[in-house]
Amino acid sequence: MELVAYAAFFLTIAMTYAIISLGLNVQWGQTGLFNVGIAGFVGLGAYVSAALTTPDAVERIGGFELPIAVGWLAALVAGGVLALGVGLLTLRMRSDYLAITTFGIAVALQLVFQNAESLTGGAFGMAFIPRPFAGLQGQAFAFNMVNLVLTAAVVGAVYLLLEHLLRSPWGRALRAVREDEVAAQALGKNPVLLRLQAFALGGSIMALAGAVQAHFIGFIAPGNYLPMMTFQVWAMLIVGGSGNNRGAVLGAVLVWAIWALSGALISEIFPAGQQARAASLQIVVIGVMLCVILLWRPQGILPEVRSVSRHLGRRTKDK
Amino acid sequence: MNPQAIIDGLVSGSTIGLGAIGLTLTYSILRFANFTHGDFLAWGAYLTLTVAGVLGGLAAGLGAPVYPFSFGWGLPLAILGGVVLTVTLALGLDRILFGRLRARGADAIIIVMASFGASMALRSLLEFIFTAKPAYFTKALQIANPLGFGMRATPDQLLVIGLTLLLVLALHLVVTHSATGRAMRAVSENPSLAGVYGIDVGKVIRVTWIIGAGMACIAGVMAGLLVQIRPYMGFDLLLPLFAAAILGGIGSIPGAMLGGLIIGLAEAFAVQIIGAEWRAAISFVILVLVLMLRPQGIFGQRGA
Repeated sequence: MELVAYAAFFLTIAMTYAIISLGLNVQWGQTGLFNVGIAGFVGLGAYVSAALTTPDAVERIGGFELPIAVGWLAALVAGGVLALGVGLLTLRMRSDYLAITTFGIAVALQLVFQNAESLTGGAFGMAFIPRPFAGLQGQAFAFNMVNLVLTAAVVGAVYLLLEHLLRSPWGRALRAVREDEVAAQALGKNPVLLRLQAFALGGSIMALAGAVQAHFIGFIAPGNYLPMMTFQVWAMLIVGGSGNNRGAVLGAVLVWAIWALSGALISEIFPAGQQARAASLQIVVIGVMLCVILLWRPQGILPEVRSVSRHLGRRTKDK
Repeated sequence: MNPQAIIDGLVSGSTIGLGAIGLTLTYSILRFANFTHGDFLAWGAYLTLTVAGVLGGLAAGLGAPVYPFSFGWGLPLAILGGVVLTVTLALGLDRILFGRLRARGADAIIIVMASFGASMALRSLLEFIFTAKPAYFTKALQIANPLGFGMRATPDQLLVIGLTLLLVLALHLVVTHSATGRAMRAVSENPSLAGVYGIDVGKVIRVTWIIGAGMACIAGVMAGLLVQIRPYMGFDLLLPLFAAAILGGIGSIPGAMLGGLIIGLAEAFAVQIIGAEWRAAISFVILVLVLMLRPQGIFGQRGA
């Protein structure tokens, strides 16, 4: 029973990562936009939602005790607005400027989480974030199960939305811009506008994931949103298969499993004094894995499925 | 306003500028934003530290500080070894990773992503080998001498500023006056056309890595000497490095240096005004301002 409860807990966290990975798939997989600031977007969603829904606290501004759903919505909006700002600044330029700027956004937001104590609680973070189905907290099994169902439902909803968009004319235009910007432009598509929309949509989804995660765990601190997280999510999408929404979800579960298992293994094998040191090996493994996949199987486990307009008759073909 | 900020800014700006040179060269010649570059600084510092340790074991006298500096003859010797090892690391990484992706005709952004993965792996490997505990080149303490106008500097700091200016000047002359330098500019303008004209593109790429990694190693040693050596030192410098390279104009060596000095000075003054905890945000603010007002940078050409 305890094991099942743990499995549910593990899967719930993996599902929150699946949401982030789906968001990244809109930006990278569909549109080819390289976001190195994922942790910043996720953190923003978590903090915005937490500030709106926590009970009043003397040491910081915020604490409006609004319903969780309002927090989620606010996170969606905040992530979208941030992504719009970054996009407006960089999407007209060479693609690596976006990478550098998003990297900077994550660093800057990390500083805000860390230092703007009156807003974010500083290094101690924010506690007492309301958890969905908090009434069940006494029963670990039931609590974890309903939360798993809720989080999986969010994943399902985001997945269906994205699948729908991917097959829509808008999704096809995105891929056209990714594959051949000049040709897409010649057909009357506005590449900058399309990229901007995709980047904002992806940013919203990432921030939503942050809010979902924060409410499930009930506590957030700046240390949760380090570049490490960005890197994990990238590994998830690349391993699973960028461009494929199912791949994004599969990769999230798989990489999170590798991560959790290797973490457990390290705490078994290494003495307590060496564990922090050995944990850095986990990162080495994931980093090497990312490079190896880029070299030998850039399409990931589940390659992108080509979709064409249904008016042409559906067919799948590989590149 | 404390005039000491000028010295502090010039010192940290020297490190940033020297580190940004490699970044700006790989950006313009290999055409990708190299996220592992910060880790070359950290690896350079640790490799030099290791060489210095070996040298110190061979001849104990090498560690004795040479007046007025805080380090002995062992350190300059160790830097030579460190530069060679860091260059080997960069060339090796190019051979097993970046070069293969290039050969396959991968998009620049895929190479950026690979550099991001390699950067995480390299940094964590440092943490595994040397642990996260800070290390030092020297335990000697130095007194900062007054320079007038309320400014003080240690001999080490003055050496760092002087050496940086010398290196940048030499490098600038080499790149503007030698055949290799011309070949580098040709490749950065148009790699395939340069290849058609008989320029050895492979050699230009190797020279780019040698200069970039060599400067990164020296910058890393300087940062290590003046502050401390940590596995994350390169990662923490990455944003200032990018900001300096873009501010100076991609591909410009004097630009990278000037960009580094501007960022260093801006950080030093900002620390006094808004507090040290916001230091890392300064480069970001400068980066955003440059992207809004002059995306080609100080010495860059429009449309680059």
